[in-house]
Amino acid sequence: MSHASSPSSTSAGAPHSGAHATDSHGHDAHGHDAHGHDAPAPAAPARRAKERRAIVVGASSGIGAALVKQLVREGVDVVAVARRAAQLEALAHDCAGSPGRVIPLTHDVARFDEVEAAFERAVRELGGLDLIVYAAGLMLEVGPNEFDTGKDLDMLGVNVGGCIAWLNPAANLMRTQRSGTIVGISSIAGERGRKGNPVYGATKAAMNHYLEALRNRLADWAVHVCTIKPGFVETAMLAQARAQGRTIKGAISAEDCASAILRAARSGKNEVFVPFKWRIVGFVIRNIPSFVFKGMNI
Amino acid sequence: MAPALRSLSVAPNRRIPERLEYVEGWGMAVGAFASVLRPRSVEEVLECFSLAAQRGHPLVLRGGGNSYGDASMNSRGLVLDISRMNRVIAFDANSGVATLEPGVTIEKLWKTILPLGFWPRVVSGTMFPTVAGALAANIHGKNNYAVGTIGDACLEFDIALPSGEHKTCSRTQNPDLFHAAIGGFGLLGCFTRIVLQTKRVHSGDVRVSAASPRTLKEMMDYFEAHKHEADYLVGWIDCFSGGDSAGRGLIHRADYLEPGEDAHPEQTLRVAHQELPANIMGLFPKSQVWRILVLFNHDLGMRSINAAKYVAGRLESMAPPYRQSHAGFAFLLDYVPNWKWAYGRRRGEYGLIQYQPFVPHEHAHAVHSEILERCRRAGHVPYLGVFKRHRPDPFWLTHAVDGWSMAMDFKVSPSRRAELWKLCDELTELVISAGGRFYFAKDAVIDASDAARFLPRDRMAAFAALKHACDPQTLLEGDLYRRAFREWIDNNA
Ligand SMILES: Cc1cc2nc3c(=O)[nH]c(=O)nc-3n(C[C@H](O)[C@H](O)[C@H](O)COP(=O)(O)OP(=O)(O)OC[C@H]3O[C@@H](n4cnc5c(N)ncnc54)[C@H](O)[C@@H]3O)c2cc1C
Ligand SMILES: NC(=O)c1ccc[n+]([C@@H]2O[C@H](COP(=O)([O-])OP(=O)(O)OC[C@H]3O[C@@H](n4cnc5c(N)ncnc54)[C@H](OP(=O)(O)O)[C@@H]3O)[C@@H](O)[C@H]2O)c1
Repeated sequence: MSHASSPSSTSAGAPHSGAHATDSHGHDAHGHDAHGHDAPAPAAPARRAKERRAIVVGASSGIGAALVKQLVREGVDVVAVARRAAQLEALAHDCAGSPGRVIPLTHDVARFDEVEAAFERAVRELGGLDLIVYAAGLMLEVGPNEFDTGKDLDMLGVNVGGCIAWLNPAANLMRTQRSGTIVGISSIAGERGRKGNPVYGATKAAMNHYLEALRNRLADWAVHVCTIKPGFVETAMLAQARAQGRTIKGAISAEDCASAILRAARSGKNEVFVPFKWRIVGFVIRNIPSFVFKGMNI
Repeated sequence: MAPALRSLSVAPNRRIPERLEYVEGWGMAVGAFASVLRPRSVEEVLECFSLAAQRGHPLVLRGGGNSYGDASMNSRGLVLDISRMNRVIAFDANSGVATLEPGVTIEKLWKTILPLGFWPRVVSGTMFPTVAGALAANIHGKNNYAVGTIGDACLEFDIALPSGEHKTCSRTQNPDLFHAAIGGFGLLGCFTRIVLQTKRVHSGDVRVSAASPRTLKEMMDYFEAHKHEADYLVGWIDCFSGGDSAGRGLIHRADYLEPGEDAHPEQTLRVAHQELPANIMGLFPKSQVWRILVLFNHDLGMRSINAAKYVAGRLESMAPPYRQSHAGFAFLLDYVPNWKWAYGRRRGEYGLIQYQPFVPHEHAHAVHSEILERCRRAGHVPYLGVFKRHRPDPFWLTHAVDGWSMAMDFKVSPSRRAELWKLCDELTELVISAGGRFYFAKDAVIDASDAARFLPRDRMAAFAALKHACDPQTLLEGDLYRRAFREWIDNNA
């Protein structure tokens, strides 16, 4: 008679296919072998995160790299995406003893037409997807009287285009599987149109809008979308801003930022300023009347 | 280098839209990740076949994904979703003949033709299936005993075959393929154009009356007494009720209105007259109603709901006949969007299966009574039971018999899954021994040896031969094929 009784015969877990995702134990990430029978589970790491499989886009440095390190320490397998292969390999090397795996994926997020295939490879390699973080970002130096469309479009491509290109397939996958968390790293810079860098701020405002809409779309499908608005974080991006002569104080470390991001995402927060004080700054900035704001140098 | 350090390389862009998704049966109890291809033309369908051959991955066809079980999913390959080929090619408002792309939904079809005074001859209890999915399953409606299946309403279709051919089939042209592909569950080829005969109607409403049988016997007697004049008959059964009132339920009968009976057909034929309201009591959004149903989704809650429905049905049966829109009568199940989520949403673990045995008339009462009794004894009582009368049709693998079916929704949960499958196995034995059949659109449990026992021998051999001719490399193969077809197809090779 019927042998379809095993729930795993049509597994709810890993994507099966020709590019069958297997880990070093030879099982798919769901703990089933190719025939759908339960396989002995690999030794459990000391502390397990809620998620088991994650993608971090923009993982070669700064906040993204710190997120990868923290996730693999908790036993999460992470596909780490960025352009600089050497940095990614170094990251994987640093994390070699961790319970989770780092899988480097070299990719330029501005190559939108390649994203869909890259995304699919990543998910198949992981055997599923529980969390995606879009942390790739570009902030180019823009002089006070500079209106450089080339630079502006570059920022738009990485901060907005790449974000949409990566999070659309992720949103669709998570919708169909009715689970998952999407995190977008926006910025305090998206709160108001400041003089300093019109398009960088605009890209972050666009991200906020897009992420909010995704959150509302996916709510019925049990998928959570979390928008992170960091203030100052000690990363290459900040170093670059300092090099341009800006004085920046009170920045937090990328590691602290990463912890705060994971905490916020896991507790189901919608929009979070990191650290908290930026929530107040954000509130004040949003409420300064335009006629005053025009004259301010922030 | 350790495997952890292996980098991924990225394949170049794809021409036909393709996306990784979790693809599941409508009942959510089975599903798997797959790359979903969405071709937009016949050429692209054929290209998908070549792609599958190139990659060495089998492919399953998918319409709206409304089959309860694994008919349109594939845990070992690709999914070809035809929903983007969804144009109404032509509709002749004199003859009522509709020419459709395969991905046109029943919803789109009725919304196109009703304002012109037509209604599909055969519809399912939900309006979201595509015409291709409906034809591949050979769906039946609440009028099966009177008009047959959707195959009986099909005049012609075009089908793209994995062998690379593109054929037109009708009762006179390629009649074998016509009778095998209808009800063939997408295993021979992909419908690319479907021509359906629709029915002229003189009102957007039907006349509905209710009867409240106290036993299964009363229910069957009512159907038999009215089947010659009623246009639609459907029974609902309170599966919780045992003893003297086992099989008690509610019958709805609906009849088309004659010309002149509806004083304002131009009003009732409008789509707006048919629409189901978006809010309940003007306030509560329908999209959130399933959250309330969650509270009742256990044996006690469902026992109460079924009992309450029975009592309400007794009152309704005393009231005079009333008018209801076609859509309101036909698609009752669509009133509450995503009501299935009340069964739990954790993928692959919670959900429902439908189990719908078709039993010949002479054994129907005994077998269906026994099934209800065994479910109660096993503690797996269906939360919903729907009873219908059927008639045979000429399609090779059809589920329809001159008899009766009872569609039962069973809750699936991880802890009781194996038990439920075992119960179904026992029921299957009962049904097949009585000369009964199953319907793959609703099924998730039977296997190929069961299928080989109820399908006619000559039909199986002929179907297997066609499978080899149309699909020599077995590109069309999904979970349903592997579960309930492969063995007997290979045996007939
Ligand atoms: C709430 C509910 C009520 C229902 N009520 C009824 C009912 O009253 N009567 C009834 O008979 N059924 C009923 N059904 C079942 C449903 O009508 C069938 O499962 C139907 O096949 C669904 O069509 P689909 O487009 O969703 O197809 P899918 O489920 O996606 O596919 C169904 C089959 O069609 C094949 N297929 C898809 N596209 C093509 C193509 N282009 N060419 C060839 N084959 C193809 C698939 O491979 C698969 O085998 C009901 C289902 C639900 C969820
Ligand atoms: N640091 C802050 O104070 C601060 C404050 C608010 C918001 N943020 C935001 O936080 C996010 C992370 O920034 P960070 O501070 O960590 O800066 P960072 O160290 O410069 O990191 C940026 C990351 O984005 C990746 N990236 C940039 N362009 C890319 C492209 N075309 N394709 C693929 N990856 C690309 C980089 O990788 P490659 O160069 O290897 O490709 C790098 O991994 C950004 O969105 C930034 O806007 C930062």
